[in-house]
Amino acid sequence: MAARFIQKILNQLGLIAARDAPAVTATPAVSQVNATPAASRSYSSGTKKVTLIPGDGIGPEISAAVQKIFTAANVPIEWEAVDVTPVRGPDGKFGIPQAAIDSVNTNKIGLKGPLMTPVGKGHRSLNLALRKEFNLYANVRPCRSLEGYKTLYDDVDVVTIRENTEGEYSGIEHEIVDGVVQSIKLITEEASKRVAEYAFQYAKNNNRKKVTVVHKANIMRMSDGLFLRCVRDMAQKFPEIQFEEKYLDTVCLNMVQNPGKYDVLVMPNLYGDILSDMCAGLVGGLGLTPSGNMGLNGALFESVHGTAPDIAGKDLANPTALLLSAVMMLRHMELNTYADKIERAAFETIKEGKYLTGDLGGRAKCSEFTNEICAKL
Amino acid sequence: MSMLARTVGRTFMQAAAARSLHTTSTVRATDNYGANRTTCTLIPGDGVGPELVYSLQEVFKAASVPVDFECYFLSEINPVLSAKLEDVVASIQKNKVCIKGVLATPDYSNVGDLQTLNMKLRNDLDLYANVVHVRSLPGVKTRHTNIDTVIIREQTEGEYSALEHESVPGIVECLKIITAKKSMRIAKFAFDYATKNQRKKVTAVHKANIMKLGDGLFLRSCEEVSRLYPRIQFEKMIVDNTTMQMVSNPNQFDVMVTPNLYGAIVDNLASGLVGGAGVVAGASYSSESVVFEPGARHTFAEAVGKNVANPTAMLLCGVKLLRHINLPTYGEIIQNAINKVLNDGKVRTKDLGGQSTTQDFTRAIILNMS
Repeated sequence: MAARFIQKILNQLGLIAARDAPAVTATPAVSQVNATPAASRSYSSGTKKVTLIPGDGIGPEISAAVQKIFTAANVPIEWEAVDVTPVRGPDGKFGIPQAAIDSVNTNKIGLKGPLMTPVGKGHRSLNLALRKEFNLYANVRPCRSLEGYKTLYDDVDVVTIRENTEGEYSGIEHEIVDGVVQSIKLITEEASKRVAEYAFQYAKNNNRKKVTVVHKANIMRMSDGLFLRCVRDMAQKFPEIQFEEKYLDTVCLNMVQNPGKYDVLVMPNLYGDILSDMCAGLVGGLGLTPSGNMGLNGALFESVHGTAPDIAGKDLANPTALLLSAVMMLRHMELNTYADKIERAAFETIKEGKYLTGDLGGRAKCSEFTNEICAKL
Repeated sequence: MSMLARTVGRTFMQAAAARSLHTTSTVRATDNYGANRTTCTLIPGDGVGPELVYSLQEVFKAASVPVDFECYFLSEINPVLSAKLEDVVASIQKNKVCIKGVLATPDYSNVGDLQTLNMKLRNDLDLYANVVHVRSLPGVKTRHTNIDTVIIREQTEGEYSALEHESVPGIVECLKIITAKKSMRIAKFAFDYATKNQRKKVTAVHKANIMKLGDGLFLRSCEEVSRLYPRIQFEKMIVDNTTMQMVSNPNQFDVMVTPNLYGAIVDNLASGLVGGAGVVAGASYSSESVVFEPGARHTFAEAVGKNVANPTAMLLCGVKLLRHINLPTYGEIIQNAINKVLNDGKVRTKDLGGQSTTQDFTRAIILNMS
């Protein structure tokens, strides 16, 4: 109680300090892509609000686990939980409630559990809607082998960065005549440059050595050619980062033979979708890999696994993916010390192997796993 | 300077290889032209292709296989030396069988073509079905074991349609074409293959959740055809999940049927699981002719002239050819020799962790033929 009071006072002090120094808040965005974390721009101190979308199925349990761990680590974050169950808008269509959109727009940062997309229920995928709403142009998925959870591959440490707004997923398709369909893959210079810049900036900020562009420009000479050229141009602006070009099929072949060959991978939409899931497969599945979406209007971190309705509410789910996504979020907010602390505790818990959840071959409950991490903090 | 020298050297080498192959094959063709011999078109390809094809010819010679090769050097990166596409197509149409190395496909074409030479060849011959049988080999140490999957890939449309345009500067549209006709054709091919080879399951790989019309059409066609084959199990799988399943549990797959690009991805991924591009053979079928070529298409250009490439894939192509033209005994002899050499593990090329050269390996195969 006392602690909370002191914290409150500190917050106020922080706010006052921020008001005294308006120059800090008014830093103009220099480049189109602002890869520097939002936190460094507008918040000098104090707790920061983060929108939390717990999600469906096992979502609420794992979100609660993450919140508990964050409280145990005294992370200066205040959660603002919102519900994104689709509501009927004024235009008669179902969509995300305005309150949720407003929340992310003001907080600029969000954490999201798995969402269920009902098939054929008349509203489009919520993930897609969120992506559109916040202009989430780059999807970042680090995949790293976890000590203590043995898979066939033990030297994986790659980050896939995927263009997330166009490409094969442009959604432009039509049936010209009966039985002949044309799907359009759209590649634009603007989006390609944006993701290329983000990839190199990411590599630089995270002390990565190499960026590989994955393409198929030998087949799609104009579209992938354009993407390739944009990344090539960007590579010249980052001479300290090694750059290489690889065909998609070559990467697939080499990745399963020797994943250590790759570091940061940047690619168009479909290839990114495929490779990021494949890399997740190498380290043990989607339950262990975090994901972050960078956007023009904010960033959304999420776990990409399913809602697992069969084990929902049974305290059996594994919160690792969401927790690691939350850790990624902390790094994005430049709260690195907290991020490192939590990550270390999580990795150690998995390494010890005493409290593993069912998907990792253990018998522990979600709450036991969470408590163990809290204890390690 | 050194770069230039290397390029010149390489061109010269390829030319020499092509020419020498050419002469030997014509000489042999005239020498032994008999009623019971089969003529096969041979395209050495780029990169290490000529070396691998040479190894295959040596083995065929040692086994006295009654096959004569009609050699054409076809290349997109070497247009001056390349044979005319029409001649090659005519030759394959005449012979009905062809062995082909991998053709390099540069990112841009000298004449501004969007279609690659590979695509042109496939379209001219209508080689619609690419079949790659990925199997764990004896004696090759890999992470996964007992993989036995057949990947059947549609090869004449989809992403490889080469229909692209820049609507305004900086905005490019690339068309992916899926037709009901070709989707049905490949689906039928896959189910027929499964029936003929006593396979139990066909998996259709798609991304119909995103490309609802295009991949949706492919998927519907597969579903429709699957109803005609009630004894064969049919399942659908989204391509990203497929790759994830493939690296964690590859044994669940039996026969897979895929559109063009996904096929390329799965082929390469699966080849990686059993030992790489050097050990997997494939074949492309039209209703008339067959082209045997390595399953994962990599020219391995950095190894040209170093005598380090693994000829196993090419030799397995040869075995497939022999089975196809009804000379299974010869095929068996070579297959057994390959199995024995791999199993013994004494002679191994670099990609499999050994130090032997292409030549050593070829010699070992020949010595083990009985």
